[in-house]
Amino acid sequence: MVDLSLRGIKKRFRTVDVLHGIDLEIKDKELVVFVGPSGCGKSTLLRLVAGLDPITDGEFWMAGTKMNDVAPSRRGIAMVFQSYALYPHMDVYENMTFGARLMGLDNAEVERRIAEAARMLRLDALLKRRPKELSGGQRQRVAIGRALVRKPELLLLDEPLSNLDAALRSEVRLEIAKLHRDIGGTTIYVTHDQVEAMTLADRIVVMNQGRVEQFGSPRELYETPANTFVATFIGSPQMSLLEMERDGDRIGIAGTGSVVPGRLPAADERQVIVGVRPDAVVITPGEDGEGLSARVVYTEYLGDNAFTYVRLANGQLISVRCTPDTEFAIDAPVRVGLLPNKAHFFSSATKQRLPA
Amino acid sequence: MTASARSVSSVPTVSSNRSTVWTLDALVQVVLIANTLVMLVPIVIMVFSAFKTNVQIFQSPFSIPDFTNLTNLTKIWTQTNFLRYLGNSFFVTGVSMLLILTLGTMAAYAIARYRFTGSGFILMFFVAGLTLPLKLAIIPLFILMRDLGILNSHAALIVVYVATGLPTTVFIMTGFIRTLPSELEDAARMDGASEALIMWKIMLPLVRPAMVIAGIQNVVPIWNDFFFPLVFIQSDGLKTLPQGLASFMGEYNTDWGVLFSGLTLSVLPIIIIYILLSKQFINGMTSGAVK
Repeated sequence: MVDLSLRGIKKRFRTVDVLHGIDLEIKDKELVVFVGPSGCGKSTLLRLVAGLDPITDGEFWMAGTKMNDVAPSRRGIAMVFQSYALYPHMDVYENMTFGARLMGLDNAEVERRIAEAARMLRLDALLKRRPKELSGGQRQRVAIGRALVRKPELLLLDEPLSNLDAALRSEVRLEIAKLHRDIGGTTIYVTHDQVEAMTLADRIVVMNQGRVEQFGSPRELYETPANTFVATFIGSPQMSLLEMERDGDRIGIAGTGSVVPGRLPAADERQVIVGVRPDAVVITPGEDGEGLSARVVYTEYLGDNAFTYVRLANGQLISVRCTPDTEFAIDAPVRVGLLPNKAHFFSSATKQRLPA
Repeated sequence: MTASARSVSSVPTVSSNRSTVWTLDALVQVVLIANTLVMLVPIVIMVFSAFKTNVQIFQSPFSIPDFTNLTNLTKIWTQTNFLRYLGNSFFVTGVSMLLILTLGTMAAYAIARYRFTGSGFILMFFVAGLTLPLKLAIIPLFILMRDLGILNSHAALIVVYVATGLPTTVFIMTGFIRTLPSELEDAARMDGASEALIMWKIMLPLVRPAMVIAGIQNVVPIWNDFFFPLVFIQSDGLKTLPQGLASFMGEYNTDWGVLFSGLTLSVLPIIIIYILLSKQFINGMTSGAVK
């Protein structure tokens, strides 16, 4: 049983505050992904959990024990680094035994664990090779193998796929998901790629500028983003945000038109930010009719799908998912409508979600 | 390559370009060969002279000697204190190098890796040592050694050599250690290695090329040093090689053959070390250049 509890974690480097009080409760056997733009503090937070950097303020608990001042190797944690950090002067076998031997395991146990990790990660043929004789994907597997040999209760992965090419990336992603299920421990995974986060995570921590913006399942994040940052960060192409004015059951933009969005927020604000994902919008050709007036900018054809980008009369760009056989001439006039109950509403003052 | 090169070589501008490149190449070769000769000739003459008598040296300095004539060598071995000098040199150089590399690497590791106030100052303090003309301080040093009671002992030499060797070593090692990824140490820390073990098992194998460079950089001047032994050492039994060999030069007559065979023997260890370490040395010079 390893549940983690981060309570008001702060980190300051000299005079710069990097983390401003992080509170998280992570359950046993969960795969949690920290995601956010670069510089948001996600790797810093991971290093605090690992114990590689001291926590400035706040408490970190693991399975009911306060871990602030416990050495990294005594936390029952293993970490896979972004650069893999394999010891270049040792072969694969030595890389994996180094940590296991320091744990004080006897030889038989070390051998057994290495055999198991090698089998699981298909490393048997590589045990006598040096890191420089391995491909990127193989190095990645060795780095994970080195972590697994320590039988950690908590596995930390710091952007493990960022050094791999695109084809290998989705393959290794599947392997990591499978490994997490097979090992059955708690895993924290750091990435800046929201696709990785969405596909792997049980729950996602979206971070921005040293704060947690939202912590929830991929579905929660996608369907009920807590604020405009999460709304635009999750989903691709990203959600379009429109400054609109409420008028009865209609919302509109002056000089552009108005639409009926269906369910409206309970709060009684006139000015709202309306977030629409590409799949919440429909466009119909023509100058007149219901909806917001816009012109086609260009169409991205993806085979199974197509995204049309249209510019509203007030200059704002919206992406729209279409069936692949739709074809619009560039600069053709269209009307933009909303599918019912698909729009997200945010306060234009606080940028927070307005509940329905 | 050849096919395309041939097809374009019919174009006059390209062929003239090629001949310029060729001439430049040849010129570089000529300069390099000349340089090699300039470097090697004195050494070759030294080795030749080691097998000649005084008369032969002055009559035909460039002739190839009879290499089976080992009189000079046996004289060195039996009639002089050469072995004693050699032993002294080995001891002084060995202990100095051991201290320089151990202390220098440890200091460099701390400066490069641990964050503490004044780390920049300490590095500058070490590097400042490079700028001091040490020989100007010979009189205060002499007085200091006398007061410490280590005049006329190997300790006096070792202390001075370690002090002169540390600046370059710390400078080279700090720069090199900073280029090593710190994630390696983090990984070792996660694996449960102590700081000492990280230094010994992870960093030391990786910094070896830089240690070789720092070692070569220091071992040659220490081995060849004549000045400090001349000032600090009086007893014949404590003299190092260069100083001892100098005593072969008499006031009225000098056995040049014996002197040259002594010199030949004294450069031998350095040349052997150089050859043994040259692969590492070249690795070290180029590592970090391409990344």
